[in-house]
Amino acid sequence: MLRKRVIPIVLLDGFSVLKTINFSSRRNLGSPITVARTYNTRNVDELVLLDIDATKQKRSIDKFTIAEVARECFMPLTVGGGIRSIKDIQGLLAKGADKISINSYALENPAFIKEASGVFGAQCIVVSIDVVEIEDGFYVYNQGEINKSLKLTDWIKKVEHLGAGELLINNVTRDGSMQGGSIKLAELVSNCVSIPVIYVGGISNPDDAVSIGKTNVSGIGIASIFHFTDFTPKDCSAQLKLSNIPAR
Amino acid sequence: MLKIVDLEVGNIGSVIKVIKHLGVDFELITQPEQLIGASKIILPGVGSFTAAAKKIHESGFIQALNEYVITKKVPILGICVGMQLLAKAGEEGGQSKGLGFINATVKRINSFDGSLIIPHMGWNDIDTNELPIFNNIDNRSCFYFVHSYAMNIAEHEKLNVAYTNYGENVVAYVNSEHIHGAQFHPEKSQQVGIQFLRNFIELC
Repeated sequence: MLRKRVIPIVLLDGFSVLKTINFSSRRNLGSPITVARTYNTRNVDELVLLDIDATKQKRSIDKFTIAEVARECFMPLTVGGGIRSIKDIQGLLAKGADKISINSYALENPAFIKEASGVFGAQCIVVSIDVVEIEDGFYVYNQGEINKSLKLTDWIKKVEHLGAGELLINNVTRDGSMQGGSIKLAELVSNCVSIPVIYVGGISNPDDAVSIGKTNVSGIGIASIFHFTDFTPKDCSAQLKLSNIPAR
Repeated sequence: MLKIVDLEVGNIGSVIKVIKHLGVDFELITQPEQLIGASKIILPGVGSFTAAAKKIHESGFIQALNEYVITKKVPILGICVGMQLLAKAGEEGGQSKGLGFINATVKRINSFDGSLIIPHMGWNDIDTNELPIFNNIDNRSCFYFVHSYAMNIAEHEKLNVAYTNYGENVVAYVNSEHIHGAQFHPEKSQQVGIQFLRNFIELC
């Protein structure tokens, strides 16, 4: 039976690992290579590395950092940040990335999803979507702005249709809040498409991971708790198994 | 020497990393002539069957692999799309021809009317069927899969097969004599994957 993946999400500011709260307040957590090595020894299901400053600084996530990280990983590695060309993707895959996450540029030029998926296969192209919760509604968020003219479910369906192989849904409102994930958002997205969905945002303990794991998501992305608590990815997988949710 | 075929249709960096980790000498090859001196062959693949099939035809690898694998009996391991290429034909994006080393076809995974997520992506356990290539690997160990198409084998075919379950039995590993195919990615499957590749190199 296919297992639900527990996925550490590692955010970078170019070179260092960061922890953010609501995508703004930041703490520096050191080298991504050290972090990757730790997760590799813990046999995590997968690792996601996102450079959250790349788009703003008009560059793509650093290839050489990815090469160093990939050297430490014997599990699947997804990378993202500022990617806007086939050449960017080729460069990152050559350095050891397995999947490429596209966020801002997908909104700017949706046709790029189709192009990239055509060249590298859908399994390689992850579309990452930042979402804010306002008065019980969910909106697409991009580079500090809420896009009220784009309906979240419309965007998700369009992205699937264009050839994305997976969705990475980041709940900005709950980012770093450790108040639990939004089951409603996880349900909304995972019931709307037939490609794998990874939910990220707000999970503060293994029980929160179970609540999200009960929805149709394929993966549960977690950042804060692995940095700031004693919980490990294995604790989350173990709790999922105790709740009869298939995990590794 | 072990030859790793680079069809330039996907990332083979991970395969090379594991082979290096195992301390095995190898050569990465892009031309059919470079198969000379091959004692074992790994055919990795990521992405589309059609693109990979086109590549083996255009590059001339189809004749060269026939000579080395069928005539000279050099053991081969196909991984993911590389495994699917061992089959006769695939239906992804129209019919295209594979190597035909395994009497099978490649078909889209049954989504059971959309109730299953495609691609089949993530960790799934394999009934290893006590096959030697899974030596020192616990039965029902999890391996990492990423695929939307799978190998379809006729019931009467006498092949060694290990299955995983995704809505129904899905071929995870297929073997006929010195020809091996893994639908999962051993190079992404941590310890069990490394052991699987070690077994191919040492036992097959």
